[in-house]
Amino acid sequence: MISGVIDFLTDPAQWSGPRGIPTRLGEHLYFSVIALVIAIVVALPVGLLIGHTGRGVAAVSLVVNAVRSLPSFGLLIFFVVLLSPLITGKNNLVYLLPTEVVLVLLALPSILGNTVAGVQNADAAARDAATGMGMTSSQVLFQVELPNAMPLIISGLRSATLQVIATATIASYVSLGGLGRYVFTGLAQQDYSQMAAGAVLVAGLALFVDLLLALVQRFVVSPGVSGRFSARAGTAPAATVTTENPVPAVA
Amino acid sequence: MIRFDHVTKRFPDGTVAVDDLSLEAASGKITVLVGPSGCGKTTSLRMINRMIEPSAGTIWLDDRDTAGFSASDLRRGMGYVIQHAGLFPHRTIVDNVATVPLLLGTSKAQARSRAMELLERVGLDASVAKRYPAQLSGGQQQRVGVARALAADPPVMLMDEPFSAVDPVVRAQLQDEFLRLQHDLGKTIVLVTHDIDEAVKLGDRIAVLRTGGHLAQFAAPTELLTRPADDFVAGFVGRDRGYRALGFEAAGDLDPQREPTVVVGSDRAAAASVALDSWVLVVTEHDEPMGWLAIVPGATGQVEPTLLNRGGTRVSVSGSFRDALDAALSSPSGRGVVIDEDSRLVGTVTAGEVVRRIEAQLGDRRATAQIAAVG
Amino acid sequence: MSTAGSPLLAGLEQRAQLAAPPGLGRQVLSAPLAGLEQRAQLAAPPGQWDFVGYFRSHTSDVMSLLGQHVWLAVIPVVLGLIIALPVGYVARRFSWTYPPLVSIAGLLYTIPSIALFVLAPGILGTQILDPVNVLFPLTIYTVALLVRVVADGLASVPTDVLQSATAMGYGSFARLIRVELPIAVPVISTGLRVAAVSNVGLVTVATAIGTAQLGQLFSTGLQMSSFRSYYAPIVLGIVLCLLLALVLDGAIVVGTRLLTPWRRVVRPS
Repeated sequence: MISGVIDFLTDPAQWSGPRGIPTRLGEHLYFSVIALVIAIVVALPVGLLIGHTGRGVAAVSLVVNAVRSLPSFGLLIFFVVLLSPLITGKNNLVYLLPTEVVLVLLALPSILGNTVAGVQNADAAARDAATGMGMTSSQVLFQVELPNAMPLIISGLRSATLQVIATATIASYVSLGGLGRYVFTGLAQQDYSQMAAGAVLVAGLALFVDLLLALVQRFVVSPGVSGRFSARAGTAPAATVTTENPVPAVA
Repeated sequence: MIRFDHVTKRFPDGTVAVDDLSLEAASGKITVLVGPSGCGKTTSLRMINRMIEPSAGTIWLDDRDTAGFSASDLRRGMGYVIQHAGLFPHRTIVDNVATVPLLLGTSKAQARSRAMELLERVGLDASVAKRYPAQLSGGQQQRVGVARALAADPPVMLMDEPFSAVDPVVRAQLQDEFLRLQHDLGKTIVLVTHDIDEAVKLGDRIAVLRTGGHLAQFAAPTELLTRPADDFVAGFVGRDRGYRALGFEAAGDLDPQREPTVVVGSDRAAAASVALDSWVLVVTEHDEPMGWLAIVPGATGQVEPTLLNRGGTRVSVSGSFRDALDAALSSPSGRGVVIDEDSRLVGTVTAGEVVRRIEAQLGDRRATAQIAAVG
Repeated sequence: MSTAGSPLLAGLEQRAQLAAPPGLGRQVLSAPLAGLEQRAQLAAPPGQWDFVGYFRSHTSDVMSLLGQHVWLAVIPVVLGLIIALPVGYVARRFSWTYPPLVSIAGLLYTIPSIALFVLAPGILGTQILDPVNVLFPLTIYTVALLVRVVADGLASVPTDVLQSATAMGYGSFARLIRVELPIAVPVISTGLRVAAVSNVGLVTVATAIGTAQLGQLFSTGLQMSSFRSYYAPIVLGIVLCLLLALVLDGAIVVGTRLLTPWRRVVRPS
């Protein structure tokens, strides 16, 4: 299998044209980024508000758990069947819209849940002191709660990103572009090398993006919060992975 | 000046945390709120800066109603120190201290340099400035908390159990330094504690609160110790009140007796010849007492520091009766060492002499009080 | 890899037809799907959304898919737990192993499930339709998730408890079984619930490689919507997945309560 995969990936024909790897990669990223941006724009402010005011926290955790239990593949098919008759005209939108709906739906819980948890878990004494010093409510939120919530927020973003990349792969089932096309085309053509190459590409993309976000986390989170400073015996936590929230990363 | 005017706080579930509290915290003085849990001391404190809003009554800041300010403006004019410091974990120490000046619009550079001044003032080394709170010890964090509260030079400081979260040795140090700071700055301070000893040590006036939010007594420490208003206060203030009250009485002129001394390092035979009884006081070349040497007949060699009994405490000429009595009682020779401001020997006093003086002074006072009561 | 007539891909042809982009009415279904088409016509759908009706008219098929789904979801959870317990213990006991083990686990968890489902036959050398292709990746995910949870759960046992247990004479193994694990149960069971619920959803992805499970209902629904949107099997699939997730979650909660009787006592505070 390995030789087959390598052959496929090193074949120059695969790297050009509308079915080439760069194109597919670009499509994949395109779908993913749109969904993530929408999810962040919606979930982050809502999460900050709910975490800060403390109202609706129980509802949030209920919603988050419920959506996480939904089979993403099923949701995808559902929305495709639901929305495609309503869309005429532009060819790709038929598949793009339901896919984006599902991707956004899947990204929302991680970002929302982690933002709420992050804000709620910000140091209570720091919050009290901030109010007592004369910070207004929004100053407390943005100057104290948000910076301290960053580890959880970014961890939620990482989970959401992995979820989206994985589901975008499956979305190729309904003839959208993206790296998943190699899997399904390979399946149709009974070409296991292509399938495997697609799988390797998807895995590679996921790992790369996660690494990128881990770097972002390293730079964005204050050292005072992550514990990343030299030498105070006994206070540095085990690894950056500490703040990871184990969430199903995959469709 | 902060004045509580018939202030009551009733919570939605019916509990009355503070019941018709009226008292005045004088400007430039430390007013302590003390009492058992559930007495409403923290609630009262937090009503001053409106972290909690009163159900009834008014709180006056000088001649203005605190309810008339906007909450955040009010708070920016008051330093707020809480039990676990509440430092911002995501900011460096210097940025933590600079918080309020920055909120008030001071330039970053100015705020930071003021922060550095304050860190020095509270006894911290400049090297902590760039560190994060998690890297500091509890005592250090408390100091930063105080520095932060002082940053905008507010006339009022509110402190909620500021020294409870550290161990006793550090606590005593912090308390002493705090008193020194207050001596320089003269702020109006309202401090909450559950520790009566801390209240007595720090407070200019102490408000003892009862469970249910009633004021039991509001008085200076000596009065609290010598004339508790009722059984509750008496019980809360604790036993050996009489003895502790002596800590507030300056001993005045103790008239210490001269004491023969021997310089450390001299000959033991010489020490024996100078001694009044079986003990001789050993001093440094600068006449600072080091300890007592037991006289052993026929002993030879030098007077070494390891031979000394350092059991006795010392009382300064400006010290209290309590310190004087303690010096006499703890000394192996029965004679308490009296020193001056430069730690040099002035002389010694016996327990008997100290007690005679105490009785003379208290006797005078009782006579005066009796005349006042009758007349 | 030659494919025509290869036993590896036997039966793939029919599945490939299902996997081919359906085109929703704009394309005629290419190859004759004789069996499927006939069945679709015979079982005339009673209503677009009537998933209960669909269930009634396809009960045996759906139940068999459900049965498949159940054991495909549950076995990895059980296996994963059995493997994760010793690995998590090692990570805790030999603290230098914690960072690398947790990092590897994180890495494995990052790989999208479809990638692993597709690569499994190549790695394991199995037939593409072999259910092991589903069990293997899902077990890996469960282990990856649980290693960290087990290590952290064991770490949550207070040191004084550990020390008093040793002082009373418990050997290492006995202490682990009788003291550490029971106390770690709540933390571990939270992770277990996440693993179980996510597995139920992940199994449906295996439709891509043709495995029989509830996900087939989704592809069926897609097929049957060529001319008119037909939601029944899709909704049925989603509902059954949700119910199954709920049941598994509940079972773990009940199991946890049984294992931790001390937590049921409500103390006056």
